[in-house]
Amino acid sequence: MTRTLQIFKKELKDYFVSPIAYIVICIFLLITGWFFFSTFFIFNQANLRTFFTLLPLTFSFVIPAVTMRLFSEELHSGSYEMLLTLPVRLGDIVLGKFLAGAAFAAIMLAPTLVYALSISFIGDLDWGPVAGGYIGAVLLGAAYSAVGVFASSLTKNQIVAFITGMVICFALTLFDKVVFFFPPQVVDVFTQIAAGYHFENISKGILDSRDVLYFASVIFAFLYGAHLVMQEKR
Amino acid sequence: MIHVEKLTKFYGSFCAVDQIDLDVSRGEITGLLGPNGAGKTTTLRMLTGYLVPTSGSIRIKDLSLGDDALAVKRLIGYLPESAPLYHNILVYDYLDYIARVRGLDGTRKAGRIHELVDICGLSGIMHKNIGELSKGLRQRVGLAHAMMGDPEILVLDEPTSGLDPNQIVEIRDIIRAFGREKTIILSTHILSEAEATCDRIVIIDKGKIVADGSTESLKQGAGEERTIHLTLLHADFDTASRTLSALDGVSRVERMDAPDSGELRLKIFAGGPDRLRERIYACVKQTDWIMVEFTQEGKSLEKIFRDLTREV
Repeated sequence: MTRTLQIFKKELKDYFVSPIAYIVICIFLLITGWFFFSTFFIFNQANLRTFFTLLPLTFSFVIPAVTMRLFSEELHSGSYEMLLTLPVRLGDIVLGKFLAGAAFAAIMLAPTLVYALSISFIGDLDWGPVAGGYIGAVLLGAAYSAVGVFASSLTKNQIVAFITGMVICFALTLFDKVVFFFPPQVVDVFTQIAAGYHFENISKGILDSRDVLYFASVIFAFLYGAHLVMQEKR
Repeated sequence: MIHVEKLTKFYGSFCAVDQIDLDVSRGEITGLLGPNGAGKTTTLRMLTGYLVPTSGSIRIKDLSLGDDALAVKRLIGYLPESAPLYHNILVYDYLDYIARVRGLDGTRKAGRIHELVDICGLSGIMHKNIGELSKGLRQRVGLAHAMMGDPEILVLDEPTSGLDPNQIVEIRDIIRAFGREKTIILSTHILSEAEATCDRIVIIDKGKIVADGSTESLKQGAGEERTIHLTLLHADFDTASRTLSALDGVSRVERMDAPDSGELRLKIFAGGPDRLRERIYACVKQTDWIMVEFTQEGKSLEKIFRDLTREV
């Protein structure tokens, strides 16, 4: 556990000693802020619905950009060899790196709480869906981080890792939006696979164990996948 | 200390390491020698648990690398080839991180880092970014990384490759000092390197061990044929060649180019009985030649290495 914690701390610190973290956070806040406030006064409703509707799409390309370096960089520079020959388990490494990515997603979300606060001053904000939305957003960020860790473990090229991660995240986001292309028998299956569907449920303020279980399964599946990929490389 | 049995590694259908057996005892500095691509790095990577062997077993002390990987890794310090360290981190932060991962904390951590700074000579660069360091300094940080957990076994892959002569001597001194109490395995393809640092040399070629022994025993075992260099003044080649060839044990006499006129440089190939040099001297003494150079070239490690690993 301490080993996972040390790797987590190091990876998270790494984000903030380079300018990447600040650039990514700025881009994320610019995009979400602009899309949210550009229509906010037209709808004239005191809620964060537009923000949460767009979040899965924004996360789909921002989070793979955050996580792409986690394994690829080490595989590229060869430092992975030094890391793996320290007294750590492969599982400690995968978990530590995933937690760093997920924590970064949460840190990136934190400034958007200002939106909720400022809206609550000018209108009557229902905090239920907002709390649900943030819980969902953290879960979604964690799930996409797991996808990103998996994509990063596949290749030593960060760009390839980024694109792979983005494709998987977009697919997870959009599955339930494109179900009308599919035969009716599989519609339900595809809707259930979609991260967008489960995130919408939570962001309405309904905390259903099925949705939480869904995100937990996605995280587990992709981390296990990353573990297998790294195992296979030995 | 280290017991390796029938260790084999395949990359696809390519056999990088082929049924190697190796025993290393405590306190030995073992040099793994071989041409590029011979399987040195693969062997070391399996010893340190980075690669999983295709077959065969590795036991370190009483632990098996397969079952007690964590315990084994605690005993080993490893420096991969050309020290692939993180780039965007300060030397101090890096050593601090490694100490924490190795489970050191508080005063023990500070003490250990302090010791390593002294041993590896890092005091001036602790605040520098690893990415900005020269190759030699990076190698020293890599050594500090490997020695952090005070390991009983130190595994170094080409520790001095790409360094300048001064840096090579520095690194060699660090290794020597450490090797007094601990077991060290290092790989290299520089022969003088192995000769200068190692107690024992294992030559690997195409994934197999082709020679194993102390530096002296390797040289003696293969030293049947000797070459003697002799330079004479006031001598002509024909007479000298005839006189020397008549001696028992001389198989051939060759003339070498002499830049200075008047000097006759000879290369005498000899086998068989010893004490040949005494008889050559006695022979030359009877003439009016003047002997200006007289040396015997032992069979060098270079020659042994080339003989053993030559493409047939």
